[in-house]
Amino acid sequence: MGKTVSFISRNFGRYNPASLASYEYIGGFTALRKALGMDGLEIAKVLSDNGVQGRGGAAYDMGRKWSQARAVEAPHKCVVCNADEGEPGTFKDRELIRNDPFQLLEGMIIAGWSVGADNGYIYMRGEYSHLRPLLLSAIRQCEEKGYLGDNILGSGFSYRIHLYSGAGAYVCGEGSALCESLEGHSGRPRMKPPFIKQCGAFHLPTCVNNVESLSLVPPLLLDTQGFYKSQGTPDCPGTKMISVCGNVKNPGVFEVPFGITIREIIYDLAGGIEDGHQLQLVQLGGASGRLASPAQLDTPYTYKDMKAADLTAIGSGAILVVDERTSIIGFLRITQQFFFHESCGQCTPCREGNLHIRMLLDKVAAGTHTEQDIRLMEKYARIMSTASMCGLGETAQSALLSAMKRFPEVFAIKKEVAVR
Amino acid sequence: MKPFVQKLDELTPEMVALVDRVVEEHQNDPTQLVGILLDIQDGVERHYIPEPVAYYLSQRLSIRVTQIYDVVTFYSMLYDKPRAKYTLEVCNSAPCRVKDSDTLVETLKRLLNLEVGEVTYDGRFCIEKVPCFGACDVSPAVRVNGAVYGHLDSEERVLDMLRQLD
Repeated sequence: MGKTVSFISRNFGRYNPASLASYEYIGGFTALRKALGMDGLEIAKVLSDNGVQGRGGAAYDMGRKWSQARAVEAPHKCVVCNADEGEPGTFKDRELIRNDPFQLLEGMIIAGWSVGADNGYIYMRGEYSHLRPLLLSAIRQCEEKGYLGDNILGSGFSYRIHLYSGAGAYVCGEGSALCESLEGHSGRPRMKPPFIKQCGAFHLPTCVNNVESLSLVPPLLLDTQGFYKSQGTPDCPGTKMISVCGNVKNPGVFEVPFGITIREIIYDLAGGIEDGHQLQLVQLGGASGRLASPAQLDTPYTYKDMKAADLTAIGSGAILVVDERTSIIGFLRITQQFFFHESCGQCTPCREGNLHIRMLLDKVAAGTHTEQDIRLMEKYARIMSTASMCGLGETAQSALLSAMKRFPEVFAIKKEVAVR
Repeated sequence: MKPFVQKLDELTPEMVALVDRVVEEHQNDPTQLVGILLDIQDGVERHYIPEPVAYYLSQRLSIRVTQIYDVVTFYSMLYDKPRAKYTLEVCNSAPCRVKDSDTLVETLKRLLNLEVGEVTYDGRFCIEKVPCFGACDVSPAVRVNGAVYGHLDSEERVLDMLRQLD
């Protein structure tokens, strides 16, 4: 196809994910050996130089995150791998764990060395419980071979990785809720500050990274030729794992260079829309992402261009393609139902806002809405995005607000109602 | 409705053995509570946390039973009421809905003569709508006790899946 690359996913299918020996055979853990000879800040600098941004959705500069985590003075710190891939339509982390668990562990050990942590926690969503035995055995094999435990490879660095399970709460993908859940509590987000980088899981300074971000670290450290930087565009180098789903012929996970257009992703990689149907909208970055109209398909897939086009800047890498069989209001109601169900109910704007917007959307779907209802809906959505406690409430209405902007016709007032 | 096998009010030796085994597997670590509860739920025939188990677990881990119920009622994958032996969890999020999971639900309802949320008289089947479980590449999908069955877009495939369960 020529449009996909393989950098993060370079090991897919090349070794047996259940066996450490086969990972070592293809050159596994050379990045760790190299990293142990480097200073933690140097590793963070490699990430910054390559312009790596966190892959979980917030797109925070990863090198900066690591050097900040390193700078925190504390006797104990921890690294958390966020494998709570809750965004509907995202399944890239599932593929990364299933096909290449050792690269993730290697990335986590390097992260631990770089920030000076002594424990690493993988928080994997309960829905992926079928991957649990694979990861547990990978951790055990690493312990037996001395890649984990005390005095790793004679460097004097001691580090352990623990696997924790979530149980189907979308909100636990949020950093502080994840920390609550790690401690064995219900996953309600905490009030910030203190931020999790100062006081996170088990009240320790915590460095949270996505599966993809951590899996990216080992190949990047070994990339002396500058392959990663040569991919993508000059101001947004690199590659990204994306997951395409919805009404396309060939849904799946692809690794693409930044700068590819959404049209290329949908028509060239995913095989186009299912037979005889028309593309209606594309949702980028999961349920909390904005909607793109068919006119925006030629937007390059980079952080900057997506932002300029008023779209979600990459987010989790999910691309949900919807054809004309689903109405726009129907789609918004599905999304709204999701957030109504997933709101943890702790803060008022999110709990009540989601309920009331759901009721107003029902009204729009029935065609009995008035001008005032639309204004009210927009007002609630804006209040939610500014006053909610965590990212869930802040982003819950981005689909609705972008739909109001891009598809104003579906919110048009029915005449007989306007007169009444 | 009366539960079909288990007595709710008694702690059976099997349950004690199950809790002990699961807690042991998690190194007696109370912070692993969510994972422990999920594993216990897998081991109970109707996939829920019976009340005596919750009390026994709270003793075993030296935590309060309120914490256990806080967790059980918060997470959508944990249940404090009996479900079915095979709970058919249909994804209710956008990626499956745009691939017509509504028809899938209707097919299941018709084949099993069951409404969403109800349990068959023998306690074997139950239909539930759940949020995305990350099987969007094979949507519309159903998850039964952790196993995902995808591409259920025709009645034959749904029947195939139901036959595989029994």
